[in-house]
Order: sequence, then structure tokens, then C-alpha cells
Amino acid sequence: MENDKLSAIALRVRRNIIKMVNSASSGHPGGSLSGVEIAVLLYFEIMNIPSFSDENRDKFILSKGHASPLLYAVLCEKGLFPAEELLSFRRLSSRLQGHPDMKKLPGVEMTTGSLGLGIGAAVGMALSAKSDGKPNRIYCLCGDGEIQEGTVWEAAMAASHYKLDNFTLIIDNNGLQIDGDVAKVMSPYPIDEKLRAFGFEVVTAENGNCFDCLREAIGKLNDKNGKPKAIVAKTVKGKGVSFMENNASWHGTAPNEEQTRQALKELGEN
Amino acid sequence: MAEKIATREAYGNALKALGEKNEKIVVLDADLSGSTKTAVFAKAFPERFFDCGIAEANMTSMAAGMAACGKIPFISTFAVFGTGRNYDVIRSSICYPKLNVKLAMTHAGLTVGEDGATHQSLEDIALMNALPNMTVIVPADAMQAEGAVFAAAEIEGPVYLRFSRAKTPVIYPEGHRFIPGKADIIKDGKDAAIFACGVMVSKAMEAAAALSNEGIEAAVINISTIKPLDRQTVITYARKCGRVVTAEEHSVFGGLNSVISQCLSEEYPVKVKAVAVKDVFGQSGKADELMEYYALTAGEIVKAVKSF
Repeated sequence: MENDKLSAIALRVRRNIIKMVNSASSGHPGGSLSGVEIAVLLYFEIMNIPSFSDENRDKFILSKGHASPLLYAVLCEKGLFPAEELLSFRRLSSRLQGHPDMKKLPGVEMTTGSLGLGIGAAVGMALSAKSDGKPNRIYCLCGDGEIQEGTVWEAAMAASHYKLDNFTLIIDNNGLQIDGDVAKVMSPYPIDEKLRAFGFEVVTAENGNCFDCLREAIGKLNDKNGKPKAIVAKTVKGKGVSFMENNASWHGTAPNEEQTRQALKELGEN
Repeated sequence: MAEKIATREAYGNALKALGEKNEKIVVLDADLSGSTKTAVFAKAFPERFFDCGIAEANMTSMAAGMAACGKIPFISTFAVFGTGRNYDVIRSSICYPKLNVKLAMTHAGLTVGEDGATHQSLEDIALMNALPNMTVIVPADAMQAEGAVFAAAEIEGPVYLRFSRAKTPVIYPEGHRFIPGKADIIKDGKDAAIFACGVMVSKAMEAAAALSNEGIEAAVINISTIKPLDRQTVITYARKCGRVVTAEEHSVFGGLNSVISQCLSEEYPVKVKAVAVKDVFGQSGKADELMEYYALTAGEIVKAVKSF
């Protein structure tokens, strides 16, 4: 898809993330905004999804489940539900739970929320497809703080052991977690070398908020060499909203009315 | 009751038989396939067996992913690791989305023996009982173990199957039909109701025979499905007998005694005496020695029945 079309989608997704979190007065804007280009490029260009009930569809697992506003906003763009429903986010009886629930909302491929678990399920899906000779590719988005969880590395080991070259891990490397700089809280670095040592084919996207840069990174990965893939995408937490950018305090804080107006203005909404 | 077979042995054989009938069955183990007996399946169906190494949490996550793709994964390790180390995964990735994963765990309880407290799970039933969408099955012998494996595959959703390491008496005849959710009245009686599960069922039968010699007719009821509990049978026998004793190779908290007490406190409050592990950890020793030391014997059941 052309970059300007993708950018238009990304802009709507960003606006919806802000609106959802504002409407719920809770949620996680920072890490939702950092992953927008990754999710939009996957859903609108990279992944093969003839329909969300097609057995051979590619799947996206949001292992960093707290970025649910990102997933919901993108699934809404894919036409799975009307935009009005986005504002039910985090409300009683909503299909849009605080963290994604695969049994409530069609299009959600895996229930996530407890960090470090989505990646293992994604590896299980890739293994299932591989052992059945099916064409599904499985994409999994992990946070850079999330990879402090030991289960992430158990899953990485298994992906490599079972030669899951149909599995692509993307690290949303925005550099910040709740308590601050990931390097200061509990450094996961060097992420690329660690993943390489675990048997992954790794590329770094120096700008993970740039479609060309992400596209180029994905293009470098060789599909059929028996190695799982990883992209370390260097992103900006809170990307697109000046006062949220690179500020850990927007990890799990909702903007108030004034801040929401300001954010939407910056995102080009009148 | 001459013959003794470990329920884990029956599990391994049943799993292979199930695998022959159902191609959706896949089996995951965490480096204990020889002990859990999943090796029997692995040998027959190497392409459907996945060793996950010593990484129980990830094994459980992978099973969730495979279930989401339509497989029916059976995952196995020792009960202590297969319900404890991976509890968060069972909760968030299997029970919450009600995925079709069967947790078939072996080496439960004190009868693990010499390995000691680190390997003796006495809390696993409590942990599994507390999870919505979970079915909890504790087969009483090898026949029930076999039936439970086939039944679990038919249940849509997560099932916990609790198997033992030690060889235990075969209670049921060949061809016994295991019905999940149904208590089985092994011996009828009017003076006391002994509700037992797992390896304690045969001990309850011994106890009932001893009591009968003294003119006390105790009913022995095998509660092989702890959740959902066959409440009607529990209430009926509490009413009929008045004296209620529970017997389980598990902590007194959260297992059979807890579910029966909870049911009766609501429906028909009577005294309920527990033969169970009394809020302590186990230790090394021979299985029989441990059962004696921690008071999980036929004699203790007799004592409990007479203590009212």
C-alpha cells in the first residue's frame, strides 16, 4: 500500500487511541502510540488475511496486551466493528476489554495481558502451522520492557529449536517502561545480539515509526532458512503527541479533556 | 485387589490409544516423558509430540497457541511444576479464554516418595479448583485413568487430570465406564459416608471393610471429578449417613474436603472430618512410609468415622 494511505490510517489510529483512553479515563497511550506504524504496516500490507475466519490467515499476537487501544483501533480500520464501539473501551460489558480477550472480540487472535505469555502462544501457533504444512505466518509484538520476563526467552529458545521460520517477533523498542528507562530499570540490551544468540535472524529498524524503514527491515528477512525472525524496531513512546513523546509517565495515564484536545489538534483533527 | 498399576502408566497407554483415534491430539512434555509416560505417545506419533525442555511455563503457553489453532494438546510434567510454575499461564492463557488444553500431570501428592517436599504437590487441586472454566479430575485407579483421558478429550475446554507415580490397586473392572462429573458409589452404607479421591479410594474401601466387621456400615463414594462436584450425591449421602469423612492425598485446604464442606454448609450442614495433609510440607521417604507418617491410611479413616 502507498505510504500516504498508510499514513492516513496511522493518523486515524492515533486519534482513536487518544479518544479511547480519554473516554475510559484509563489505559495505556504511550506504548500504543509507539507501535502504530508496525501494526498498520502488518495489517494493511504485510499480512495475508483473506478473512478473519480463514484457517490459513496470518496472525498478529499482541504480547504487550496493554497496548490494546492500538489493536482495537487497527481492527476497527479493518472493518471488524464500527468506530462508535471504540468508545466502549474498558466499560462494563464491552467487547473491548482493558486487555485483549479473544473470546469477546473477533479478530483478537490471542488473549493477552500478563506479560511474556503472548509470545509463547504465538510460537505454539507457528509450530502448529509448521507441523501441519500450513502457510500461516505468525507475527508477535513484544515490548522492550516485556522481554525482561523469562518466559520470553523460553519461547525464543523453542522458536529456534523448532526452526520456526514462519514466526516473526517484533520488539517495540521505545526504551521506556513504567519505572523509567528500560536500560536503568533492568537492561535488556543488547536485544539484537541476545536474539541472534538464541538462533533468530535479526534486523534492526532504526526508525520503527517509519513505514519505509520497517518495510526495508522486513524485506531483509529470509523466509525459508529455518530461523525465526526478529525485528528490533526503535520507536518513540507516545509518538505523535508532543507532550507524550519519550515520557514514561504516559505509559498508563489517560489524558484529561484539555490534553485530549491538544493531542487531537496535533494529530490534525479539528 | 491383587493387581497394582500406576495411574501414570494407564495415562501413557490411553494417550497412545487416543492418538490413534484422534489426529488433533498433540502432546507436549517438559523433559519428563519417561516419567510421565508421554514417551509411549511420542514413540507412536513422533510428529505430534513436542518436547519443550525444562520450561513448563512456555510449554503451557505453546499449548494455548496450538489449541487456538484447533489442536487438542495434552501437556504433562510433574503436578508440582505443571500447576505451580505455570499457574499464571494456565489462568490467563488457557482458562480465561477457555482453550482446549488438557493438563495431565503425574507424580501428584506424597506418593512421589523419596524426591521429597519440592516434588510433592499437595496444593495442585486447590489451585486448579479456583480457576473458572476448569474441570478437575482425580482418577481412583488405572481403569478410571484410562477413561478420564478419553473423557477429557471430549470435554470442550481445559481439564486437569491428576495422576500418581506409585502403583496402586486396580479397583474397577476392565471396561469400567468413566463418567465425568458423576460420583461413583463403590459401597453403599447408612452409618457414615466416606468421600474419597485418587489413591485414597482403595484405602477408604479397606476402612469400610474393617468398619463393617465392627457393625458400622460406611458408604464409600469415589469423587473422581472434584469440579464440577456431583453435589446431589454428596447431599444425598450426607443426609442418609449423617457422619461425613473425606479422604484425599492433598492439603486439607482447597481440595476434596473444602469442596464437600462448602457444598454441605450450604445444603445440609453436618460435621465433616478430614483425612488429608494438615497444612504441612512432605519430606523424603518411601511412599507407604509417608502415607503412614502423614496419617493418610485406612486406619485413620476408621478413626475419623468413629470420632463423631
